[in-house]
Amino acid sequence: MKVHNHKSSLMRAPFFSIALLSAAVLSYQVLLLRLFSIIQWHHFAYMIISIALLGYGASGAFLVIALSWIKTRERLLFVVNAVLFGVFSVVNFWMIQNLPFNPLELFWDKNQIYWLLLTYVCLIFPFFCAANCTGLVFFWLKEHINTLYAVNLFGAGTGAVSVIGLLTLLSAQESLLLISGMGFLAASIGVVELKMSFRASIALFLSAFIVWFLPVEWLKPKISPYKSLSHYLNVKGSRIIHESSGPLGLLTVMENHESPFRFAPGMSINSSAEIPDQLGIFTDGEGISVITRFDGSFNKLEFLDQMTSSLPYQLLEKPEVLVLCAGGGMDVLQALYHQARHIDAVELNPHVIDMVQNKYADFAGYIYSMPQVKVHINEARSFVRGSDKKYDLIQIAMIDSFNAASAGTHSLNESYLYTVEAVSEYFSHLKPDGMIAFTRWARQPPRDSLKLAATAVKAMEEKGIDSPDKHIASIRGWNTTTLLFKASPFTKVEIQKMRDFSNKRSFDLAYYPQMKKEEANQFNILDHDYFYHGIESLIGDQRDNFLAQYKFDIRPATDDKPYFFHFFKWRTFRELISLSANQGLPLIEWGFIIVTITLVQAAMASLVFIILPLWIFYRKQDQRIGSKQGLFIFSYFCSIGLGFMFIEIAYIQRFILFLNHPLYAVAVVICAFLVFAGIGSASVKNKPEIRTIRLGVSGIIIIAFLYIFLLPVIFDYFLFSSNVMKTGIAILTVAPLAYFMGMPFPLGLRMISDFAPAAIPWAWGINGCASVISSILAIILAMFLGFTFVIFCALFLYGFAYLTASFNVKQ
Amino acid sequence: MKFILSYKISLFAVLIFWMFQSFFISASFADDYAIKRKAMIDAISHDAALAESATGIKKFSPMVMEALGSVPRHEMVPDNVKKNAYENRPLPIGYGQTISQPFIVALMTELLNVGKDDNVLEIGTGSGYQAAVLARLVRSVFTMEIVEPLGLRARQALKFLSYSNVEVKIGDGYYGWEEYAPFDAIIVTAAASHIPPPLVRQLKPGGRMVIPVGAQFYTQQLLLVTKDKDGSVRTRQILPVVFVPLTGKH
Repeated sequence: MKVHNHKSSLMRAPFFSIALLSAAVLSYQVLLLRLFSIIQWHHFAYMIISIALLGYGASGAFLVIALSWIKTRERLLFVVNAVLFGVFSVVNFWMIQNLPFNPLELFWDKNQIYWLLLTYVCLIFPFFCAANCTGLVFFWLKEHINTLYAVNLFGAGTGAVSVIGLLTLLSAQESLLLISGMGFLAASIGVVELKMSFRASIALFLSAFIVWFLPVEWLKPKISPYKSLSHYLNVKGSRIIHESSGPLGLLTVMENHESPFRFAPGMSINSSAEIPDQLGIFTDGEGISVITRFDGSFNKLEFLDQMTSSLPYQLLEKPEVLVLCAGGGMDVLQALYHQARHIDAVELNPHVIDMVQNKYADFAGYIYSMPQVKVHINEARSFVRGSDKKYDLIQIAMIDSFNAASAGTHSLNESYLYTVEAVSEYFSHLKPDGMIAFTRWARQPPRDSLKLAATAVKAMEEKGIDSPDKHIASIRGWNTTTLLFKASPFTKVEIQKMRDFSNKRSFDLAYYPQMKKEEANQFNILDHDYFYHGIESLIGDQRDNFLAQYKFDIRPATDDKPYFFHFFKWRTFRELISLSANQGLPLIEWGFIIVTITLVQAAMASLVFIILPLWIFYRKQDQRIGSKQGLFIFSYFCSIGLGFMFIEIAYIQRFILFLNHPLYAVAVVICAFLVFAGIGSASVKNKPEIRTIRLGVSGIIIIAFLYIFLLPVIFDYFLFSSNVMKTGIAILTVAPLAYFMGMPFPLGLRMISDFAPAAIPWAWGINGCASVISSILAIILAMFLGFTFVIFCALFLYGFAYLTASFNVKQ
Repeated sequence: MKFILSYKISLFAVLIFWMFQSFFISASFADDYAIKRKAMIDAISHDAALAESATGIKKFSPMVMEALGSVPRHEMVPDNVKKNAYENRPLPIGYGQTISQPFIVALMTELLNVGKDDNVLEIGTGSGYQAAVLARLVRSVFTMEIVEPLGLRARQALKFLSYSNVEVKIGDGYYGWEEYAPFDAIIVTAAASHIPPPLVRQLKPGGRMVIPVGAQFYTQQLLLVTKDKDGSVRTRQILPVVFVPLTGKH
């Protein structure tokens, strides 16, 4: 039954080479996302890289088309493709950097589409070459399929972890050269494993070293001129004084003595307060946070009392404060200005803390080292979950830039800071008269603020708070809104203080218990009193109707649907797009549109890569397969490709809160999934196909179904454990599920190697296309229906895959 | 001799032909731009009518339209976007900056409600186009640009087009231009995290300030700041598009 290639007796299958290449490709994928997030914006980065990954699909189609030509040249092609991955991964990135592509003009200038297509073409090549190597060995060394798939997954799993380390130690461009060199190294090892020329192996090995020691300046990310950092760099006197790169982003610190930073979001229009010198901290060229000069004199910080965010301090006496997402320390300084008794400041990025605490501590007035300030390096939500302390005030800082917020480009980013469960946890950490304060950019028409109000109302209802309307107060300036949610009802004295504070600064009262309509919309006038009306509707009987009728999605976000910034509604999109002269474009939520475009593009390209080989099967006698067999291959590999990624993405989300850090969650979960799936794949080497597929699919369905109920219990049980312990628990939890998930793919390939060996690369390509589509589709589904639904979809797909396999066997 | 004569005649003919050709080409380009400018004005009028219920302005004043109809926008944008100069869309002008959509320029100008004797301050010269439009409506325009190369280019373009009542200064606009303050109107073409207090101070009682808000290429709304006679300040958000987020009876 097994077809032995005569060459296989002379050489070893290139296991090490495949493992190394798989590690390099996964690292490259993560690195590209990092690089494009620096150059452009996260959502465009996501779009570009998703399409580039279709290189896998393209490779499947190519291998099928060129199969007869390939047959005598497998070894050479394997090595050449590994080398080409090394070359294209760097050269094509350099080329893309020099294309005049401006995503912001995509909807104004049709020529941009051509530049975008060229970007895709450039990026597909490295993935295409790497996928050729894997697809080639699957076909050519079929007898080793299980082990090859296992090492492929094992390598990719190692890549997922090592890229985080790589980005911690090296700059993005240095990492790029290292990954490129890994392509050469994989080729060199491949030459040895395939018993080819020893000299070639040495030459390739040396080439890898040459690549690693190439200068990196030419690969430095060229940040879009439309990003905030570029704007500031154009200003006379601007100077970058520090730059540090890490997996959480490229941090740039800038100063300007001639035209200083003056960052005071929402400062009152009546204020004449001077703003002290500030240093700007940019993450990936956007998201400005500032370090404000503090020489110990609070008189110079009056501006901190002139912003809407200072409202809670008018109502609290020397409060104990928790500042989440503390960044450069402006909110901490604001708390100090208002004589906070104690401040816990939580920030995820250790580099940012280091800047305020050490590098620019003198400039910042040592605020992070003051006795009343305690700094915690932690993910905000995880800190809250793991703490039993109670506060007078929990302040959630505004971390996104106005431009990013106004363009709706965050909709892709999940955020566990603004979910019903999060607000509920904040409430649990309040003292009896404590309050939560959120300040957001005031977008027109309002979205964030109303969604926050809806979220808080839901959280209060779930906590059994009677009359949530008595616990909400809000004010707004022309560009910021501050919302307060109090553990106890607001008192008349507090309301009067709020009124006085707002009147003095020309802030509008947006809402307070029993507020009269006439009081709204006095200083910063809108065509309708959206805020007052919105909050009134959200606490009344009309809530559901209001949420349904409102033209943006302002339904509360939950941990299962953590897309707080997703405001998109199709009917609104249709209305806006129908407005003449592109007048509606600025109001469109672009983040979601970009994901949808990505999905459509991926589906169309996949269709080409899947249909093209079918045409070859039809044309070439020696590669012909029956229509039922074709249908089986398509449905089976499509289902398991979609299912695998659905589960993987949903579990990454599940573990983010448990592992305290989004990056570690991604690294640990992906690595665990791939490595244990690899073990699962290797374990089915001599097992009967259909019975083992049944075993694998049953295992997946049972475990994933049980986890829907078990994981929250496990997470709660180990909530206060150490990070090491939690990582161990995460790996142990993922292991059995991943083990079973590793089985269906190699078993399926083995099945088709019996009746249609020429279709192996096609199946590989289908799986690749399905993986790309599922990673996009999972997010869209989760935005509307939640990650639990995504898991159920995956279970259905695995079940369906088993049915197609068993039907095929019967046939 | 004959050869030399015929050579001279040929040369002369070529020269004459070239001169005529250049004249006709430039004339035809000028005509072309005039036609495009007319089309742009029509597009602005059309958009204004559509956005009436959002902006409260049914029709822009003839003076504003005349100003927009006479400023050669193509002379104020970089060469690579000259061909798009009169399209009703924002254009890149280099250094990460854009020139606003003509409709937005018209709306901002209209909202400033300027008169012939007014002094106007502009923060963010950019291409110089907005300053050129205002220059046709007011006594003096004082414009400041923080990006030096942009400021120099705009100054040159304005000089070339003989706008003698526009003064361009390269520098930080946060503190306004004290020397010529107070101003009847101020236009701030780059939204900041807050409205600089010195600018509010330099606005005359009864004066108006306009600030476009939104990302590059996507102006979402215009902020109109008004200073009453008693010095109190209010803002009004103007969505330049007919879009109401509430439907039904809300």
